[in-house]
Amino acid sequence: MEKTKKGWGHYFSEYAAFIALLLLAVVLCCISKEFRDVGNLLNLMRQATFNGLIAFGMTCVILSDGIDLSVGSTFALSAIIAAEMIVSGLPAGLAICAALVVGTALGAVSGVLVTKGRLQPFIATLITMTAYRGFALIITDGKPISKLASSIESEFGAALFAGLGKGALKLGFIRVPVPVIIFLVSLAVFWFMLTKTTFGRKIYATGSNIKCANLVGVNTTKTKIIVYAISGFMAALAGLIMISRVNSAQATLGQGYELDAIAAVALGGTSMSGGRGKILGTFAGVLIIAVLNNGMNIMGINTYYQSVVKAVVILIAVLADHKR
Amino acid sequence: MNIEMKGIDKSFGSNQVLKNAGFLLKDGEIHALMGENGAGKSTLMKILTGVYTKDAGTIWVDGKEVSFKNPQEAEKAGIVFIYQELNVLFDLTVEENLFIGKELTKGFGICNKKAMRAKAREMMDKLGVKIPVTATMSDLSVGQQQMVEICKALMADAKVIIMDEPTAALTVSETRVLFDVIRNLQAKGVSIVYISHRMEEIFELCDRITVLRDGEYVGTENIQDIDLDHVVQMMIGRAIGERFPKRNVTVGDEVLRVEGLSSGKLFHDVSFDVKAGEVVGVSGLMGAGRTEIMNAIFGNIHLDSGKIFMNGKEVKIKNPRQAIAAGIGFITEDRKTEGLLLEKSIAENIEITNLPKVANGFVLNKPKQRAVVKKGIEDFHIKCFGPDHECNNLSGGNQQKVVLAKWIYTEPKLLILDEPTRGVDIGAKKEIYTIINEMTAKGVAVIMVSSELPEVLGMSDRIVVVHEGRVTGILNAAEADQAKVMTLATGGSL
Repeated sequence: MEKTKKGWGHYFSEYAAFIALLLLAVVLCCISKEFRDVGNLLNLMRQATFNGLIAFGMTCVILSDGIDLSVGSTFALSAIIAAEMIVSGLPAGLAICAALVVGTALGAVSGVLVTKGRLQPFIATLITMTAYRGFALIITDGKPISKLASSIESEFGAALFAGLGKGALKLGFIRVPVPVIIFLVSLAVFWFMLTKTTFGRKIYATGSNIKCANLVGVNTTKTKIIVYAISGFMAALAGLIMISRVNSAQATLGQGYELDAIAAVALGGTSMSGGRGKILGTFAGVLIIAVLNNGMNIMGINTYYQSVVKAVVILIAVLADHKR
Repeated sequence: MNIEMKGIDKSFGSNQVLKNAGFLLKDGEIHALMGENGAGKSTLMKILTGVYTKDAGTIWVDGKEVSFKNPQEAEKAGIVFIYQELNVLFDLTVEENLFIGKELTKGFGICNKKAMRAKAREMMDKLGVKIPVTATMSDLSVGQQQMVEICKALMADAKVIIMDEPTAALTVSETRVLFDVIRNLQAKGVSIVYISHRMEEIFELCDRITVLRDGEYVGTENIQDIDLDHVVQMMIGRAIGERFPKRNVTVGDEVLRVEGLSSGKLFHDVSFDVKAGEVVGVSGLMGAGRTEIMNAIFGNIHLDSGKIFMNGKEVKIKNPRQAIAAGIGFITEDRKTEGLLLEKSIAENIEITNLPKVANGFVLNKPKQRAVVKKGIEDFHIKCFGPDHECNNLSGGNQQKVVLAKWIYTEPKLLILDEPTRGVDIGAKKEIYTIINEMTAKGVAVIMVSSELPEVLGMSDRIVVVHEGRVTGILNAAEADQAKVMTLATGGSL
C-alpha cells in the first residue's frame, strides 16, 4: 500500500540535483585544469549569483503554486531607477534602497493581480513583465545609462555602490567576491524561512492545497502577495549587483532571466504545481547551470551548441524527477 | 456472465494487499463486495478489470480463463468499473462524454453530431433517466454524472458493472433513482458488483454478499440468510457492540446562536443554536444548503444578512481566520480536497492549524512541534509509521482522524463536522463517534452534518432539518425518527 522505509532510492531522488552537480563538477575537474582553478570556481559562483538570487525568489513563488515571469523586467526596471537616481546626483545609498523598495513593490503588484485580480499567475506576470520592460524603455528612452560610479560624489557612496558588484572580502588566503557572499547569505535566509518559520509553512500549505490552507486559517492572499514581493526584491537585488559590476544600466538588462531561474528551480526538483520543493535543490540547480555554462565556455564549445546541451541536461533532470 | 476469481495474491512492494482472495459472480445478480477500508475490495476489482496485474491466482469468465492486460480489454469483454471518483470530462457535454474515443463519424473524422445525439437520447431513455444530453458535465449533479457513467458502460455493452461506493455523494432521492436503474439493469441480465459501506443499502439491494478482510476471502452468503451484526462480524472479525456509543453529558449554556442567516440563493433565514456538550445533527437532502450554511458560519461563504452569536455575544465572521479566532473548528465534507494537505505529512497537517502553538513568534520550535504531533497521533490512535507519514498513504479513517486531531488542539468551543464518517469503515466510524463524545464531555458544542440518517439519529441531541435552504424543523432526539426527518427534509410538515 505504501512505502515504509526511506531507502537508498529515496535519498537518491531527494538529492538528485546535488548528485548530478557533483558528477558534473568531478568530470569537469578531471578533464580541465582551468576549470578546477580556485579563481575560476569563485568566478563561476559570482556568475551564478544573478540567477541564484532570482531563482531563490522564484522558488518561493513556485512553491506557492505560482510562477513569476516578470523577474527579468523587474531586474531591469529597478536597476534603471537606481541608475537614474545616481546620475542625477542623489546619494548611492538612497538609490540602492529605492531600487529594492521599487522591486518589492513591483513584485507585490503581480501578487495583487494574482490574488485580488484572480488572474492566473502566468498571465498576471506576463502582463507585469511586458509593462515593466515598457517602463524601463520609457524612462531610459532606450539609451544606456553609463559611468555610474563616477557620478557618485560621496566616497562612502561610491565604495558602497562599487563594492556591491566588484568588492571582495579576504577570507584566509582567498578573496571571496561580495556577490558570492550575498548569494550564500540569501541561501541561508531562504533556507531558514522555508524550513524553520511559520511563514514557510504557510507557503507550502498554500501551494499544496489552497482550499485547505484557507480553511485552517492561513491568509493565502497575503502569503501569495508577500511571495511575489520577495521575488521582486530578489530581482532588484540581483539588478543592483549587475549595474555595479558593469557600471552602466540599460532597459534590455535581464531579458530571459526568468527562464533561467525557472529552469534552476525545476532542476532542483521543486514541483511546478507547488507545495513540494527545497531551496537547497534550487541552489544545486543554479550551480548546475553555472557549471555547464562555465565548463562549456572553458572547453570552447560553440555557444549555439551550449543551449542544446543545457536543454538536454534540464530534460534529463526533470525526467529523472518524474520517475520518483 | 459468470466470473470466478480464485487464489488471488497481490503485493505492492513489501506490502501484501491480497492473500488468497476470491470472488464468485453469477449471471444477473447484484453482489455486494464488503470489507473495511484497506481490505482489498477495490484492488481485487482492479485486478479483474486489468488495472493491476495479479501475482498469483486464476480468473475465469464464463468458464474461460482470462487475464485482462488493461481496462480496455476488460471493457471489450463486457466488464466495466465505475470508480468512486467519477471518470468524466467535466468541461465537455454529456454526449461528448458518452462518445469520447468512439465518436460516430461521417468519415474522414468528421463527427456525426445528429447520430450521436439521437443515440445518446435513446440510451438515456433506456435507463429511464432524464438528463439533457447537451448539458455540460460540470453543470450536472453528482448523481446525474454517475448516470452518464452508467450509460457509457451500457453503450460499451457491459455485462458486468462494478460500482465503487456509488451512493457516497448522492442524495436520498438520487439513490432511489440509482437503485431503480440498477434493478432495471439486473432485469436486462446485467450483473452488478456493488461496493459500499452502507449496510442498509446492501440489505435493500443485493442478492448475495462477499466479505474480504485484510486481503483475504472471508465468505459469501445469501443476503436473506444473514443480518447486519453477522456482516460486521465477518468484516472486522469480532462483534463491534453498540454502533453508536452512549454519551453521558449534561448540556450547558448556549455556545452558538445564529439568527436569520441568508446568502443569495443558497439559504434563507436560518436560525438555530447549539449548547455546550450538545451534538446538533443537521439533516437534509444533498443540495439542501447544509454545507453552505456551515461554510457561512465559518466565514467561507459571504452572508447577505443574519447574526452570529458566540457565547451570547455577537461576532463578525468574514473569513475562516476570524471564525477560528472566535473558537470555531470546521471539519469539511471533503477531506481530500479541503481537509488535508494530502501530499504533506501528518505532522505538517497538524502543525499548520496550530502554528501559534508550535512556534515562538515566527520561528518554529522543534520540541513544541514534536509534542503536539505526538499527542495527536497517540490520542487519536492514528495508524501510521510516524509523524512524517504522508497523508496520501493513510486510509480514509486515519485521514479523518488527522483532520480531527489538527482541529482539536485549537481548543475550539464549537466544532462543525460536515459528513465526518463519509468513506470511513465501520470500526473507524465508531472511533470517530467516541471522539465526538469525548469532545462534548469537555464542554465543546458540536454540529454534525450527515447524510446518513441512522448516524444523525444515533448521535444527535437535537436535529435541525434543512430543505431547500430553509430550516423546516428542529427535532429533539426523543421525538425524532427516520420518517419524521425524511418528511421535513423533503419539504413536508409534521
